[in-house]
Amino acid sequence: MIYFNNVSKIYDDDAKALDDVTLTITAGEFVSVVGHSGAGKTSLVKMILADEHPTSGTVFFESINIHNIKNGDLTNLRRRIGVVFQDFKLLPNKTAYENIAFAMEAAGKTDEEIASDVPHVLELVDLSSKIFHFPYQMSGGEQQRLAIARAIINQPELIIADEPTGNLDPINTYEIVQILKKINDLGTTVILTTHNRGVVDSVGKRVVTLEKGKIVRDDKEGKYSL
Amino acid sequence: MMVILRRVAKAGFLNFTRGGLVSFAAVLVMTITLSVITAIILLQAVLYFSLDQIKNKVDVTIYFTVGAPESQIMSLEESLEKLPEVGEVAYISAEEALQIFRERHKDDYPTIQALDEINENPLGAYLNVRAKEISQYEGIANFLKSDNALVLGSVNIIDKVNYHQNKLVIDKLNGIINGAHKLGFLLTLILVIISIIVTFNTIRLTIFISKAEIGVMQLVGASKMRVQGPFMVEGAIYGIIATVATLIIFFPVTIWFGGNMSGFLGMNLFDYYSSNFIQIGIMVLLSGVVLGMVSSFFAVRKYLNK
Repeated sequence: MIYFNNVSKIYDDDAKALDDVTLTITAGEFVSVVGHSGAGKTSLVKMILADEHPTSGTVFFESINIHNIKNGDLTNLRRRIGVVFQDFKLLPNKTAYENIAFAMEAAGKTDEEIASDVPHVLELVDLSSKIFHFPYQMSGGEQQRLAIARAIINQPELIIADEPTGNLDPINTYEIVQILKKINDLGTTVILTTHNRGVVDSVGKRVVTLEKGKIVRDDKEGKYSL
Repeated sequence: MMVILRRVAKAGFLNFTRGGLVSFAAVLVMTITLSVITAIILLQAVLYFSLDQIKNKVDVTIYFTVGAPESQIMSLEESLEKLPEVGEVAYISAEEALQIFRERHKDDYPTIQALDEINENPLGAYLNVRAKEISQYEGIANFLKSDNALVLGSVNIIDKVNYHQNKLVIDKLNGIINGAHKLGFLLTLILVIISIIVTFNTIRLTIFISKAEIGVMQLVGASKMRVQGPFMVEGAIYGIIATVATLIIFFPVTIWFGGNMSGFLGMNLFDYYSSNFIQIGIMVLLSGVVLGMVSSFFAVRKYLNK
C-alpha cells in the first residue's frame, strides 16, 4: 500500500531527517514507528501526506507517486488518509460536530449523510455529550478522541497517528490505543509513531525502529527496543 | 456547486460571529478606510464644484464696432455656436450694453453725465463666448482671426476680442485648474493606496491567526476553494458592516459641514451627500466588499502551500 524507495530528507540546515529509507507497508497492517525525538518519525509520515517532499527517492501510495501529483489529486489522496496529531490540530472555532462535519464536507458528503454520521462517530469515541463543545472546552483526551473521530469519519484506507498519546495521561493513552486497534481490526491500515514503550508493547504488532533517519530494526511482532 | 457555496457562506458567517475582537478590529480598520474613501468622494465634489465656479467666471467677449449690422453679428453668432469648443454664446445688443453700462456706473456721476451729453449710444454690441474648457479659448480666438469664410465678412465689424488682453490670466487659471485636478487625483491615489495597504495588512493579521487552521483544513482534504471561500466571505462581511457604519457616520459629519461650512465650501455638503447617497453608498460598498474579499484571497493564498 505504501512504498518508500531510498528516501532521504535533508533540511536547509543540513540536518538529515531521513537517510535512504526503504520501507513497504501492506494494506491492513498496524505499524508502530518508534525512535527518539528527532529520529525522523514525523518526517516519515509527513512524506505520506505530501506535507514534506523528499530530497531524493520516491514515495508511493498504491501506484501513485505522492510527490508527483497535481493539486486536485493531492486533495483526493488526503481524503483517503485520516490523520491524528500529537497536538490534535482541531479547528478551534468549530464545535466537535462542526470539526467532523468539515472533514465530511471536504469529502463531498451530503447534509443528510453528515447529520446521520457525525452523532454516530461521536458516540463511538464516547463524546456524545460534547457534541456542541468547542475544543477549548474539552480535555486533552477528549480532544484526541475527537481528532480520531474526524480521522475515521470518511472511512479512510489509512490512518496516520503521529505521537497521538504524547500529551495524554496513561488512562487516556490506553483508550486511544484501544480505539486505534479497533480501527485496525476493522481493516484500516494504521501507522502509529510514538516513543512510548507501553503503547508499542501493548499493541504487539509490527515495529519499525528509526535512529538518526535510518531504519535500524523492522520486527513483525516487535517490542520497544531502544 | 450550490451546496458548496452555501457551506462556504455559512462557514464565513460563523467565522465572523465567532471572531469576536478580531472581527471587530478588522471592521474598525475597514470603516476607517471606507471613511477615507467617502471623504475623498466628498472632497472631489467640493473641488470640482469650486473649479466649475471659477471656470464659469471666465469668458471671451467680442466687441463690435458701433453700428455694426445685427444680421452680420447674428451670422457670426451662429457660426460660433457650431464650433465644438463653444459652450454658450450670449448676444448683447448695443442698447443692452448701454443699459448695463449705466447700471454699473450709476453711482459714478461724471461718467453718466458725460454719457448724457454725447446724446447717442457710443457702445457697440458684443458677444459673450463661453468655451466648454478653459484651454479652448485660444482655439476660438484663432477662429475669429482666421480667414474662414464664415468669419471673413465679420472681421470688419469686430472692434476687439478681449481674449488677447486676458490671455495671461486665462492661461494661468487654466494651469491652476489643471494642477488642482492633478493634485486632487494624486492625493486621492496616495490616500486610497495607504488605506488599502492598512486594510490588507489588518486582514492579513486576522488570517495569520488562522494559519495553523488553514494547514489543518488542507490536511483533512479540503479543496482550495473550501479553505479560501469562508475567509473571503468573512472579508466581504467586514466590507458590508464597515459600509453601513461609514454611511451612518457621514450623516452627522455632513450635517455639521452643511450647517457650518457651506459658505466656505461654496456648497452644502449634506445636500450633496443626501442627494447622491445611493451612488456614494454603492461605491463605498463595492470598495469595501472587493477590498475585503481580495485581501482575504491573497492573505490565505500565502498559507496555501500546496
